[in-house]
Amino acid sequence: MRSRGAGTRTQLTKLEELLRELRVEEVMTRRLVSVSGDFTMAQVKELLRKHRISGVPVLEGEALVGVVSIEDVTRALEQGEMGAKVRDRMSREVITVFADEPAVEAVKRFAHTKVGRLPVLDRGGKVVGILTPGDPVGRAFRVMDLRYREQEQQRWQQKGLGLEDLLGEGASLVLRFRVQGEDFAGAGKASVQAKRVLGRLGLDPGAVRRATIAAYEAEMNLIIHTRGGELTLEATPHSVVVEAVDKGPGIVDVEQALQPGFSTAPEWVCEMGFGAGMGLNNIQSCADEFEIESEVGRGTRVRAVVHLSQSGRKDRLNR
Amino acid sequence: MRLQDIKVQLEAEQVAGSPRPELEIKEACAADLMSDVLASARPGSLLLTGLTHPQAVRVAALASLAAVVFVQGKEPLRDTLVAAEESGLPLFVTQLSLFESCGRLYQAGLRG
Repeated sequence: MRSRGAGTRTQLTKLEELLRELRVEEVMTRRLVSVSGDFTMAQVKELLRKHRISGVPVLEGEALVGVVSIEDVTRALEQGEMGAKVRDRMSREVITVFADEPAVEAVKRFAHTKVGRLPVLDRGGKVVGILTPGDPVGRAFRVMDLRYREQEQQRWQQKGLGLEDLLGEGASLVLRFRVQGEDFAGAGKASVQAKRVLGRLGLDPGAVRRATIAAYEAEMNLIIHTRGGELTLEATPHSVVVEAVDKGPGIVDVEQALQPGFSTAPEWVCEMGFGAGMGLNNIQSCADEFEIESEVGRGTRVRAVVHLSQSGRKDRLNR
Repeated sequence: MRLQDIKVQLEAEQVAGSPRPELEIKEACAADLMSDVLASARPGSLLLTGLTHPQAVRVAALASLAAVVFVQGKEPLRDTLVAAEESGLPLFVTQLSLFESCGRLYQAGLRG
């Protein structure tokens, strides 16, 4: 498998490059859990359990004075000294890394010292974060993945391929999502996913943006107002058609529902930044064609068509 | 204004997303109402908001915004961080209020 070996090598080189390029502060964890020397070992045990971590830096004021880890806790437990103060049980020789050093320096330090964590200092000596051994490489892979996706998208756009080239004239691509009523936690996932797919196909980014904003508002409406329904996006060489269909409760007065600011959304929705009565208006203003039909007790169907710009991939970002 | 300059102006820290210090930001918008963001924010804008729900990140991704700043030192929910990592959208937290954040960025030359 020569080709595969070569691929792995290329990826390793890229990873090394990236670890040199990224700085420690870009791969570290910033949400810092720390203790003071006055904590008891029992308190440390609780803290480690609660945050599911294996060690914490010990600070006096802003100064780093030591590290206390799960091993120290275990030893105290065995010796029946869980009431002992952290300052008497911590390791005082702390290996650290500076925030502006390349991430690869942290990787080296982990390899050479076998410590389980590295407190990260700024040049003033203040602790600004912490690193565990998996952080630098894990983070670098994520960055690599993102960049790959972006490049892939650019390649599509540069080739100037349209959907016709992919599917053949007359064919279309349909994305269909089931949307659960009141599933606020998952809200928007379908539309974000749709944007990713349509974007990767290299369709006109401005049109994709308008279509998926319309899809998002429609998705929110399904979640806020209905028992659930179906959201579809159909991409053809000339347009993206967004359709949301539900089985009720239906809209009493469609004219009124289309008025900006008119809302029947419950309070819990408003507290989360929605329900301002702009959803249908946003769909309308994103769409080149818009239809809505609703019957109380039967359900609602919203259809929005966004035309792809004639020049193919020419951007029409400002609608 | 570069994303790095905005970070400095707001004394903010990046909590998720791709590091893009050199990204050029020309416009910003501030809102807690996500429909307002979708209706008015132009692509490439910075979003300042107090809404730390994952929806803030999803809305920003859909509207093709450049980055999101959570004001008032609000801790993003775990799902919010995950959503930002998935989309690569840079996410910042500042201790400053929404008013103060907007004021500083406006004074530094950023417009809405």
